[in-house]
This record gives sequence, structure tokens and C-alpha cells, in this order.
Amino acid sequence: MVISKKPLHFIVAALVALLPLVNFANPTTDTTAVHVEAAAVSEGQHHTEEAPKDLKTEIKEFINHHLMDSYDFHLFSYKDDAGAEQHIGFPLPVILIDNGLQVFLSSEFHHGEHAAESNGNYYRLHHGKIYKVANAEEQVAMDEHHHATNAKPLDFSITKNVFMIFVVGLIMFFLFTNLAKSYAKNGGIASGAGRIFEPIILYIRDDIAIPNIGKNYKKYMSYLLTIFFFIWFLNIFGLTPLGINVTGNIAITACLAILTYLITTFTANKNYWGHIFWMPGVPTPMKIILAPIELLGTIIKPFSLMIRLYANMVAGHVVLMSIIGLMFIFKNWLGSSLSFFLAFALSLLEILVAALQAYIFTMLSALYFGAANEEHHHDDHH
Amino acid sequence: MEKLLEQFSLGLFFWQFLLFVGLILLLKKFAWKPILDAVNEREEGIKEALLSAENAKKEMMNLKADNQKLLDQARAERDTMIKEAREIKEKMIADAKSEAQVQGAKMIEQAKASIESEKNAALAELKSQVSGLSVEIAEKLLKAELSNKESQSALVEKMLGEVKLN
Repeated sequence: MVISKKPLHFIVAALVALLPLVNFANPTTDTTAVHVEAAAVSEGQHHTEEAPKDLKTEIKEFINHHLMDSYDFHLFSYKDDAGAEQHIGFPLPVILIDNGLQVFLSSEFHHGEHAAESNGNYYRLHHGKIYKVANAEEQVAMDEHHHATNAKPLDFSITKNVFMIFVVGLIMFFLFTNLAKSYAKNGGIASGAGRIFEPIILYIRDDIAIPNIGKNYKKYMSYLLTIFFFIWFLNIFGLTPLGINVTGNIAITACLAILTYLITTFTANKNYWGHIFWMPGVPTPMKIILAPIELLGTIIKPFSLMIRLYANMVAGHVVLMSIIGLMFIFKNWLGSSLSFFLAFALSLLEILVAALQAYIFTMLSALYFGAANEEHHHDDHH
Repeated sequence: MEKLLEQFSLGLFFWQFLLFVGLILLLKKFAWKPILDAVNEREEGIKEALLSAENAKKEMMNLKADNQKLLDQARAERDTMIKEAREIKEKMIADAKSEAQVQGAKMIEQAKASIESEKNAALAELKSQVSGLSVEIAEKLLKAELSNKESQSALVEKMLGEVKLN
């Protein structure tokens, strides 16, 4: 047997033989996609009806669904023998402020299929948001742009993201209090799982806080350390198969950026404000022009922090999930394995990005704190 | 931007703010402060230990130098002591020698003097004995010579002859 002696030849021959399949696979999915688009549009209005979905739309919806917050902790779904969809996960409490406090479990929505009732008020879940409806039968009304017109009650629900923040907070608390205790127990040397993080804590102190902030670094250390590990852990959780995209949520990044802004503003010294409102060393007319620009700059800085983290995490998740989704679209072993390796490589990159974004957020926060604490006597320089 | 604003959830923001600020405060009290303090303490400890080790090393060096100095001093002292002892020994030997010489010379001198006096005495005695003996002999001889007339006159003649010759 000539072929068996040369396995490489055999593989190449097999590749060539299977190559046409790759070309054939794409047009078939493309043709189906056209009527699916239409199906997706009509589906928006009748979410409760289970129209047969196309694979591409399903993937798109899945990605969108993944990026959004949700009211229940959903692990995975499968179709049982009868063909009905089964969701595995657990419901989380919904807390609404609407004629008093309305608290009920998200399981009452039945994954958006039913309206939930609480103290005579009816609520319906539509595209990840809760809308108030008049009764159990009423659907959410739409305007011409497919925006819901129903009233949205004030929503303080424990959503999946809030749940995850709580979990990460607990993990951090136990990890780092254990680390703190281990010093006393072990004669000044860290032990246990927390010791992995000791070099990172030292790195944040020695290479982020001290060079950027200077001698006043101590009062910012708690914030910098917490924000670094918080973002990092949440980013990493976002990469696990659980795929909880917390840091890719604008409310989260906005909150972190606002905290940085508040701390910068309230710990700033005279020098910092002097620099903003009356820039030393430039002619008086320029000082008047520079003041609003500088003032705007203080807001733009945290704003860029917010957008950077949000955009990076969302982009990473969308690209990664799209490539994973490609596997199911190709449905042949060449294309699917190709996209598998691509997804694998990208996951590695995302792990780097997870740490990098946490680092950048911490680093820039430290930089802004440093600017607020600068002790320069500019009159001497100019 | 519109989509971003639509995505913004006040509830999530509220919870995030509450939980995050709570987390910062809790971790500050129970984790970061003790950790940073412990690390600081450890670093100070290491610094101090290094410094004291350096000091101990210096002290050791000083001690060693002192020891060396003491040793050198002791050695020098020993050397001088040995030298002194040798000198004393030599001096003693020399002194003894010179004294012995003086004593010896004195004794020889005395011996010589006594020998001289003995000799003189012996000589004097010998002289007196010899003179006595010679008188006796002369007496006996004269007695024997002058026992007859002829020999007396011969002698007188001889003596007279001698006198004439002189």
C-alpha cells in the first residue's frame, strides 16, 4: 500500500477531496438567511410565538442576549425529547418601585412568555427590559421604530450582573481577608491561595501607585487595588463558559469611572484647581480660554475610561462569540475546525485583554489621582 | 449613543455603586490595610536585618583587626622579652667570666707571692746550711791539713806565692 506509507499524501488528498464542500456550504446558508431576516423582523412583534429560527439569526440573538443583562441566571438551554425548549438556570428576584415596592421572582415571567403579576400590577419582559402592562393579556405596544411605548417602572432588580458583582465581591473578600490573615499566622509570609496575588498587589503599589501618585499614594491604595481585581476578575468571569458580560455593561463602567472622577475631584489640592481655572504661565486671555477646556477635560478623562473598558469588553465578546457561531454555520470539519482554532487563539488574546484593561483602568485612575495631588511650584519653573 | 443610553440601566448602576463602594470599604478594613501593613513590616524587617548584618560584619572586621593588633603586640612583647633575656644571659656570662678572671688572677698572684717568699725562705735556709757546712768542712780540712809541719809550711808558701802573683 503506497498511500498508507505516506500519511501526509493521504491527508492532502483528503483535503483536496473535501474542499468543494467548503464552497458548497456557504451558498446554502446564504440563501436561507434571506428569508430568516424577514422572520426575525416579524418575530420582534410576536416574541412569544415560537417561529422556526434560522441558525444565523439564532446566533445573532444569542450574542445580543449574552451581551445584555438578564433577570434570571441562565446556564444553558436544550430541547427535550418532545422538542420543547428547556432552560437550565435559576430565577433572580425582581425589585420594582412602582406604587410601592414590588418584589417577585423572575420565574414569573416564564422566560418572557407570560406577564408577571404583583399586587395587581402587571409587568411584561420585552427584549431584556421590564414594561408595565394593563393586564395579563396585553402585549408591549410598539411605535414605528420598534421601540416599546409602555411605561418602564423604576427597576432595582437583582439581575444576573448584580448577582455576579455580589459573587465576585464575596470571592474577593474571602480571598483577600484570608491573605491578610495568613501574614499574622505565618510570620509575615503569605500562604494559601491569596499568595498568588501578593506580587500583583506589590506591583500595583510599586509600579502603578507610587510612580504616578507620589508620596500621598497610601490613601488611594484601597481603591486602586479593589478596582484592579474587581475588573480583572469580572473580565475573566466573562470569558468562562458562564459568559457573564458584566464589565461590558455601560452602567458598570460608568459607575467605576464616576468613582474615579469623584475621588479625583474631592482629593484634589489647590494646585490642581489652580491649573484648571487659572493656568499658570500663560497670558491672561489664554487663561480665560483654557479654563473651560481644562474643566471639560476633567470630565472627558473619566468618560474615556468608561468607554474604553466598555468597548473593549463588548468588542471582545462579540468577535469571540461570532467566531464560535461560525463553527455552526460552516458545519463542515475544515471550516469549523478553522474557526475553532481562531476562537481558541482569540480566547488567549482575550485573557490578555482582560488583565490589560484592568491594568489600564487602574493605571489611568492612578494617573488622574497623581495629577490631583501634584505639588509643583510652577512659578519657579516659568 | 442612543443605544448606549438605552442600555444604561439605573438599577444596575445603583447596585454596582452600592456593592462596589461597600466592597472597597470592607476590603480596606479587612484586607488591604492588613496586607499592606504586613508587607511594609516585612520589607522594613528585611531592610533592618540587612543593615544589622552589615553592622555585624563590620563589627566582626573590627574585632578581627583588634585581635590581630593584640596578637602583634603580644608577639612584639615576647620578642623583646626574649631579647632582653638573651642580653641578660650574655651579660651574666660575661660578668661571671670577668670576675672569674679577676679572681683567678688574684689567686695566681697570691700563689706567686707565697711561692716567692717560700723560695726565699728556702734559699736563706739553704744558704745558712751551706755556709755552716762549708765552715765545718773548712774546719775539718784545716784540722787535717795543719796536723803536720811540712804541710803547714807548704800551705803558707803556696799562699804567699799566690799573693806575690797577685
